[in-house]
Amino acid sequence: MSTLTFLLMDAPYEQARTSTAFRLIDSALRRKVGVRVFAYEGAVSLAMTGQKPHANAVHGRTLEEEAHPTPHAWVAALGAMAQENGVPFDWVNCGLCVDERGANEVVPCTRRGSPADFWKMTLESANTLVIPTR
Amino acid sequence: MRVLQIIEPAYRATLEEQDDTVLWFTRAIRAAGAPADVLLCGTAVNYSVRGQDAEGFHVGGWSQHHPPAIEHEITKLIESGARVAALAEDLAERGIHTESMLPGIEVLSRKSLGGLCAQYERVWKW
Amino acid sequence: MSKYLLIESRDPFEAKCFSQRCELALTLLTESTGVTVFLVENAVLGARAGAKAPGLEKLAKAGVQLLADEFALRERGIQELAPHVTAAPLDSLVGALASGAKTLWN
Repeated sequence: MSTLTFLLMDAPYEQARTSTAFRLIDSALRRKVGVRVFAYEGAVSLAMTGQKPHANAVHGRTLEEEAHPTPHAWVAALGAMAQENGVPFDWVNCGLCVDERGANEVVPCTRRGSPADFWKMTLESANTLVIPTR
Repeated sequence: MRVLQIIEPAYRATLEEQDDTVLWFTRAIRAAGAPADVLLCGTAVNYSVRGQDAEGFHVGGWSQHHPPAIEHEITKLIESGARVAALAEDLAERGIHTESMLPGIEVLSRKSLGGLCAQYERVWKW
Repeated sequence: MSKYLLIESRDPFEAKCFSQRCELALTLLTESTGVTVFLVENAVLGARAGAKAPGLEKLAKAGVQLLADEFALRERGIQELAPHVTAAPLDSLVGALASGAKTLWN
């Protein structure tokens, strides 16, 4: 079974790269390709369980109606899909990046690691895509 | 598996990180065994210049103890055996001459990029 | 798919270095090496029929495969494409990645 590694750098809610990355990772898992993610710098915020949805007064939508996306739910959904499909999924948050951002409370299917983990992931994957920030 | 790190943006959050995060990352994966080399292009060609000084950042009563030391990072990479190159055209566009550059940096023309990328199993653009 | 996959995400009309990235694609293209440029996000703005993106046309004439993310095109209301660009689902990138194409993201 093939595995791909992705390195993400961006915090959520700031640019389009986050949603494109999640679409790609989702596609890979649906095609039963294993996925490893190394979340570097701002991307460690993606898995933070402290994210909360909110209502939208400008659109007149309640909290429930707005159903505002929270990326940690996306991360959890990817983990669940990988498990259902019997496909490897490993999400590593760069530890120093976690510390400096206080991003300690994260989705259970993720773990803390270092660039050495990224290198190991790369060696064990068919390919690696780095999606840099700007 | 040889890796080429192509670095284009520069001075991005370097004060609050006290590092360039991609140069730092490169040193970290090299320490983990990755044979990674660096190509500086775009704004990042300025990383090849001698005399970069980021001392003096303070906010209220807070003062920075360890400003980013880009020259030191580039030098350490070269000393560790990494190949560090910079794109000639981007240097010229920015008025950076060889005499003002750190020693050990190769200057490569954009035309040579095809051959350069072919030497690496992985090419990661930052 | 080809050996080099360049994923272009930035608006070609905003970034002056777009032409340099087109040059890179041409430099990588050889008799034995294929190159695909896959436009995502705002880069698809260059794919609209009538858009003045000569860099993309030059790539196509040289033999670079030009693809654009179907979702991003639809998101931006781009219905008619320049003749040298083909709409493609994002998940086609997964196959290209899995087959080992050297992939650079801009």
